[in-house]
Amino acid sequence: MTSYAFFGSLEQGFAFGLMVLGVYLTFRVLDFPDLTVDGSLPLGAAVSAVAIDAGVHPALSLVWACGAGFLAGAVTGFLNTRLRILHLLASILTMIALYSVNLRIMGRPNLTLLGKPTLVDLFTTASGLPQYLATPLLFALVTVFAAGVLIWFLRTELGLALLATGDNPRMIRALGVNTGNTVILGLGLSNALTAMSGALVAQNQGGADVNMGVGTIVAGLASVILGETVFGRRSVARAVLAAILGSLLYRLAIGLALGLKLGSFSITPSDLNLITALLVVLALTAPRMKAKVFS
Amino acid sequence: MLRAEGIVKTFFKGGANEVRALNNVSLSLAEGEFVTVIGSNGAGKSTFLGAVAGVFPVDQGRIFLNNEDMTAWPEWQRAAGIGRVFQDPAQGTCPGATIEQNLALALKRGQPRGLGPGVRRQDRELFREQLARLGLGLENRLRDPAGLLSGGQRQALSMLMAVLVKPRLLLLDEHTAALDPKTAGQVLDLTVRLVEELGLSTLMVTHNMRQAIGLGQRLVMFHRGEIVLDIRGEEKRNLRVEDLLQRFSEVRGEEFTSDRALLT
Repeated sequence: MTSYAFFGSLEQGFAFGLMVLGVYLTFRVLDFPDLTVDGSLPLGAAVSAVAIDAGVHPALSLVWACGAGFLAGAVTGFLNTRLRILHLLASILTMIALYSVNLRIMGRPNLTLLGKPTLVDLFTTASGLPQYLATPLLFALVTVFAAGVLIWFLRTELGLALLATGDNPRMIRALGVNTGNTVILGLGLSNALTAMSGALVAQNQGGADVNMGVGTIVAGLASVILGETVFGRRSVARAVLAAILGSLLYRLAIGLALGLKLGSFSITPSDLNLITALLVVLALTAPRMKAKVFS
Repeated sequence: MLRAEGIVKTFFKGGANEVRALNNVSLSLAEGEFVTVIGSNGAGKSTFLGAVAGVFPVDQGRIFLNNEDMTAWPEWQRAAGIGRVFQDPAQGTCPGATIEQNLALALKRGQPRGLGPGVRRQDRELFREQLARLGLGLENRLRDPAGLLSGGQRQALSMLMAVLVKPRLLLLDEHTAALDPKTAGQVLDLTVRLVEELGLSTLMVTHNMRQAIGLGQRLVMFHRGEIVLDIRGEEKRNLRVEDLLQRFSEVRGEEFTSDRALLT
């Protein structure tokens, strides 16, 4: 792996790290398998790209992206908790609907940011570093900051109620928490993070594409599971950091796989979803197989 | 205090498995009254507790707590005035959260939760003090996940959490049934101590006739979704298991059959 590819993987790992934090929040904290992220990642990208195209400051466009992502997550939460639609199905419905919404937002399948100022450009100029270093550094700062906020939040009164909603909803209702509201809040936060992730990715690759969200949930799950397998999840802080490290490991593994050549066969980016899906299957079943082998 | 009037609840309505779990049940509790609730399986005692706590809406009837009509309130809203302990020790605590986080969650029962710190330093003193009264050494394990505790320890913690903010009504749903006899005895002692100390209005469901007779000031027996016996005062104090069985057959014209209730 060249150092250029290495820094590229880090950059991706941190940019998608925000999304992985979001997936951690739904999948692990709330125990809610949320496929909305496949739609909210391109949603964030689309909102950010359209905003920048309209002359909004790229940093401010992230706020817009977050807001849109929060709404998308809240819709899934509403479908599940108020209209009593099964969680998985509720999130698929939102995801599918977002495909149309994203096309409406951009007015076309993709929107390029060529010639427009992005956060990456601004930070590279301001830091004086070469771009291949400046970009991962910028994304690292954003993602580590978001992780800090998330850890802080999960230790507040409301954050504890959110943890308890996933852990033991019956008990926390008996302690006076409206679990419908905490689920909606958690999904909103998760998809806000995911949309912000999409916005960063769009600004990095120079545009938004309506199809860029395909496989987001699988990549997110792979990262979360990879991270906790390697770093553990004994405490909330540790699990959050493990999610980011998992994202880095996952992107590095992908980077390595893409460089792989077996005779005339080589792995292309289009193979990634298959590989990732297999990885998740393996990670989800490995603990049980291990238990079987050693029992 | 608590006033339930004409509660009707039917499960699986219209289906082949339709069950009328509560059939026109009315019950009033005086302030500070400790009532034990007994009955065989499917008698409706746990369903009645569920109706009071708001786990499901009732088909008919009204439920008042301190003269406030809470029939239409959702479960979480009723929780402001009601402390509960469940039968399954795993249900009463959050396994992934620490002991102090569990207590902090309980300390906010009935209050809005904001962005303040979940566990406050000054609360830790209170938690230690309260945990010390359990005599289980939990006061030194504030930061252990509750999932590491044994069933009895968890149930003692659940008991403490239910009364940490003094509830207007305490609902105990066979909260010692899943424990071994020795641990059950300890949790029961703790229950009596807390209930007496705080003067709590309490509804305690139990399968155990001796428990039902030995505790509280009043005994209510459910049968097929109805209250068939309501014994209090002098009569309750002198009550024996044989009396209870006889009273039951007088009222119902049938033998009381529940091995579990008789043998334990």
